[in-house]
Amino acid sequence: MRWLLLKDLQILRRSPLIVGLLIAYPLVIGLLIGFALSGDDGKPRVAFVNEVPPDEAFDLGAGEQEFGADQARAELCERVECVDAPNRERAQEMVRDGEVLGALILPEDLLDQLRSLTSLDPEPATVDVYVNEDDPVKAQLVDDRIQALVTEANLILSERISAQAADYIDLLIEGGTFQLPFLDDELDILGLVRAGQILQGVRGTLPAGSPARTALDQVIEFARLAEDNLDFALPLLGAISEPIAVEKIDVSGTSTSIDSFAIAAAATFTLMFVTVLLVAGSLALEREENAFVRITRASVGRGGLLAEKIALGVIASLAVTLLMLLVMTPFGAVGWGRGHLIVLAILAGGAAFAAFGAAIGAAGRDVRASSLLAFMLSLPIALLSLVPSGTVSATLFDALEVFRSLFPFHPSLEAISAGLDAGSGSLWVRLLHLAALLAAYAALARVALRRLA
Amino acid sequence: MAEAEPTADASPVIEVRGLSYSFGERVALRDVSFTAVAGELLAVIGPNGAGKTTLLSILAGIRKPDAGTVHTPAGAIGWVPQQAALYRRLTVEENLRLFARLEGVDDVEAAVEGMLEQTGLGDRRGDQVGTLSGGNQQRVNIAIGLLSRPAVLLLDEPSTGLDPRQRARLWEFVHGLAGGGTTVLYTTHHLGEVDRYGDRILVLADGEPLFDGTAAELHAAVPESRARDFESAFVAFLRERGH
Repeated sequence: MRWLLLKDLQILRRSPLIVGLLIAYPLVIGLLIGFALSGDDGKPRVAFVNEVPPDEAFDLGAGEQEFGADQARAELCERVECVDAPNRERAQEMVRDGEVLGALILPEDLLDQLRSLTSLDPEPATVDVYVNEDDPVKAQLVDDRIQALVTEANLILSERISAQAADYIDLLIEGGTFQLPFLDDELDILGLVRAGQILQGVRGTLPAGSPARTALDQVIEFARLAEDNLDFALPLLGAISEPIAVEKIDVSGTSTSIDSFAIAAAATFTLMFVTVLLVAGSLALEREENAFVRITRASVGRGGLLAEKIALGVIASLAVTLLMLLVMTPFGAVGWGRGHLIVLAILAGGAAFAAFGAAIGAAGRDVRASSLLAFMLSLPIALLSLVPSGTVSATLFDALEVFRSLFPFHPSLEAISAGLDAGSGSLWVRLLHLAALLAAYAALARVALRRLA
Repeated sequence: MAEAEPTADASPVIEVRGLSYSFGERVALRDVSFTAVAGELLAVIGPNGAGKTTLLSILAGIRKPDAGTVHTPAGAIGWVPQQAALYRRLTVEENLRLFARLEGVDDVEAAVEGMLEQTGLGDRRGDQVGTLSGGNQQRVNIAIGLLSRPAVLLLDEPSTGLDPRQRARLWEFVHGLAGGGTTVLYTTHHLGEVDRYGDRILVLADGEPLFDGTAAELHAAVPESRARDFESAFVAFLRERGH
């Protein structure tokens, strides 16, 4: 078997295009994923245009809390990567050219609109957003991001307004001074506590049985009730600012980080294409060169030939996938503390993919047909394996789960995820799954070789 | 069927008795028997679909017969398929070395050197097989069949696709093998080669053996007026037997 393996490596070495691809593919993919993971802090780029006059701020009340364009920008830039644009025209251009996902414009009259919220004639404040929805996927992403931003902005404002309302209630209860908006004047507020005390004092001066005393008692009781119960309004106002709070509980028991998933997906795609295409093509080449019967007539046999092809696939897949992961390492994307588990996952995935490729190569009559068949089978299987639960009906997802368990892509993806990230579940279960697939596809390939020889 | 007996002083190196084989319902071989002695050149001829290639693949051990027996010295059959079974991206030497190892040859390097010398391809040893002419590829193809020094060599239409000069060189080579004691069984559609190079002829049609003898005996088996040359004698022979 080793002589056959040596022969295949010799043939591979003499195919500069394939060797070039086997080296370039993991380098390019590794660099792309590495740059993407290191450069992307998870924030979309949004152009920001401020038309609000400088130094103007929205006083939320009592002269203590102000909300101006600078604060709006600071709040926004915590959630997105802000790119300052000088004016609307430039912002439109940036959106159109794809430099930014969208543009947020704070119009000149924004603060006036915000001030109206505390007046008797409130007018909802509006901001302008420029988007480029030429791509439906991008359009959905932009809509989701904008909706999330608006929700967060509303939440911030409602929290501030609720806090201010609470201050007003406190003033009504305890009394104090109130700065009149737009007027350079202060208003003295008596407050319910002090009003009750004054009324109690007045009551003592009235003769017992006086009708005025009975009326005064009613007012005193009202002031007491108001004083006692307005306190309840404070937590109520807090609840109004965020009626529904979210507490996320993960029921899967596993949590793969998005970085680990991206690396695992890239590694699994690499593993799949390299191994399946190489093994299917290599086995088909034995027929194309008419060497199949001559080899199997010799001491090697069909089983030996299959074992050799699977070994070839495992060696190539291990080399190429490790090269890709090594390229990502300088970007901090791969931790090698779990390196032995990563190698185990690649070996198991590579072997299962190699057996799958051998079954395809055994069924194909020549290299072109086998390669085409391998590609046409692998890609849809991989894409279907990436469909998340909840995005399709439960029945369809159950069917998909059965389907993807029959092919090496999904268990390989899970195995490599588990190798990369301790939070991604048990590696050993996936290795067993891959071992079962290896045995099944090797048996299938053996049958195909016997029937089609 | 007329069957020629092997020469009395030579014991057969291959002995086939009652060989039958079917592809499903279709009978490919029916009760085929013959023997061949050392150094004999036995041509297996017949129309397309006669069962020639099936017979050779059974003798080579690629297919198992439904019935019948094949007796040969153990592991002593070399097989050369109709189309060159070679790796075009490997050199002549690398192909020979690979198959010598797969065949389990004891002294691989000696076998490779011997074949390079025997085929006259020593000066092309480092060339990739894909760059060789069809004739030279066929020589490498045959050399691989000879690596284990078999007592019997099976050649399936070895001259197909070769020009007359290449064919002449091929048969010169094969004749040399037979002269060295190798029994050669070959199939061909070039009947002139049979007349010229075959010691004996086995005629198959629809899987049945119709004739086993020399070219002269086949000539004699058809009326004189219809056998101006070997090819017309063969065609007349088949027609008389309903093929």
